Amino acid sequence: MKLQELTRPWAAFNYGFLDESAKREIRRRILKAIAVPGYQVPYASREVPMARGWGTGGLQVSLTLLKPTAVVKVIDQGADDSVNACSIRKFFGRVGGVIETQDTQEATIIQSRHRIPEEKLRGDQVLVLQVPDPEPLRTVQSDMSVAREMHGDADYGQLWLILYEQLVKSGRIMQYTEYPSLVNGRHVISPSPIPRWDVLKLNEADHLTILSAGREKRIYAVPPHTRVEPLVFDDVPYRVEDHQDKTCYRTNVTGFFMNELPQDDGSAKFELSDSHFGVKHMRKAEGEPVEIGDTWYKNGKMNR
Amino acid sequence: MTALNLAAATQITHQPPRLMLAEPMLTMRGISKNFGDVKAVSDVDVTVYPGEVLGIVGESGSGKSTLLRMMNLEETPQAGSYHLALPGREDRDLFTLDRFERRSLRAQHIGIVYQNPHLGLLMGHTNSGNVAERLLIAGKRNFAELREQARQSLDASEFPVERMDATPRELSGGMQQRVQLAKAIALEPAVLLLDEPTTGLDVSVQALVLDTLKRLQRDRAITMVLVSHDLGVIRTMADRVMVMRRGKVVEQGLADQIFQDPQHAYTQQLVHAKL
Repeated sequence: MKLQELTRPWAAFNYGFLDESAKREIRRRILKAIAVPGYQVPYASREVPMARGWGTGGLQVSLTLLKPTAVVKVIDQGADDSVNACSIRKFFGRVGGVIETQDTQEATIIQSRHRIPEEKLRGDQVLVLQVPDPEPLRTVQSDMSVAREMHGDADYGQLWLILYEQLVKSGRIMQYTEYPSLVNGRHVISPSPIPRWDVLKLNEADHLTILSAGREKRIYAVPPHTRVEPLVFDDVPYRVEDHQDKTCYRTNVTGFFMNELPQDDGSAKFELSDSHFGVKHMRKAEGEPVEIGDTWYKNGKMNR
Repeated sequence: MTALNLAAATQITHQPPRLMLAEPMLTMRGISKNFGDVKAVSDVDVTVYPGEVLGIVGESGSGKSTLLRMMNLEETPQAGSYHLALPGREDRDLFTLDRFERRSLRAQHIGIVYQNPHLGLLMGHTNSGNVAERLLIAGKRNFAELREQARQSLDASEFPVERMDATPRELSGGMQQRVQLAKAIALEPAVLLLDEPTTGLDVSVQALVLDTLKRLQRDRAITMVLVSHDLGVIRTMADRVMVMRRGKVVEQGLADQIFQDPQHAYTQQLVHAKL
């Protein structure tokens, strides 16, 4: 037997861009992250044809999960049509031969930055969030090894100090993204740059959420049906952004997370942040047979 | 003076001072700590009674700060035991606690004021936040209560409460020490450790801070351990004094005794040393 017979034939690329050993490593890390909800698992973080900070962490996880029958949606700031989202989605199509989509209902893998779709995710869907800074303790503890010990000890008292200071200085909690949240009653995570509006969608969700930071080389996960509780004071309830009564000027839909569009006269218009959700509403209004899925928020209120 | 009065007077001098009749609040026995070949503290016993101020005096390198760090459970000695008279914990040697218990004990029952405010305070956070941090670590999660307790504690350490939402960075050295003090007493600790609390402050500010400490001590009967190389500070504050040199206790006794009638040669030298 020759060594040549044992090796694979040469190919310009492996399926899904990453080589098999890299995927195997990431799969193992993902399994560990799911086994210990909220725990930050270090991983090697390979080079991908994209600069660090543009979603390399999420990209590697998604590449690992790819299969030819996968249906992939990529969100950037709620939109499917931004340059970054389009490029990443096209890349998945090229290296994995996957089906590209903008529809939340159709997708099996959703890679996102900044937003979780307004339509409820199902148990057969995986949400991959790109994370710039995975460490919730960074602002109170600059030494990473000490921060890891604090995670080990569940020593999270100082995180409330950040909220205390915001309440003292501004009269309300100003943390607008990366709102520190306790997962499964044990680990506090920084849930990536999603707004406060979306943090509640992680709690007891049907879908699996994998959070991956490429530059910081950390993977953590929120498994399905896991408690995710934003940190709050006993007497200051958690508050999402005041978008309940805002109406989208393009679709006339009310009660979802909006983009604010400042106008020349000083006023502001609002449009749905989840772009394809808006597109579906417009198509439906024009009489097309569009099916809009069940949403997490109903009439501007979290549906629980 | 009549014979009866004289007899009564002599009898009193034979009794230990009233403070020392109570069960001790803090007991350390046979403490030895080496750093490599250097014996920082060797075979030291410390006893502190409830409501008293124990002054520890000695030159630089005499082991007094190391001893204080061990009282704060920041360091563990090679030999020795440490007990605090806390309900339910009297029999437990505190050096055998694991890090979780150690942390909660430190947060709940031991207060410390460092010479350098940068060690004890988060300079970028507000003064009230610094005090609240301690309450947060102890598990308090009610914003209104945190705020009220921080205010009361700052007020008790005679800090101007209208500046409670400024940062320690904007404060003078004396005020920073008051914030540290407020933080240390926020949870009514069993023992308050003061590591050169007024060193580096000018004399008039030093007097004001000592005044605050004295008033607190009188109002709340806080048990204090005060480490200083400044005999003036020790003389003002302490009920009892321990003199340390090269890791050993060379002399201890009531403050007046030590200052009026020093027995050990080193203590005599210390008491008589003047610039």
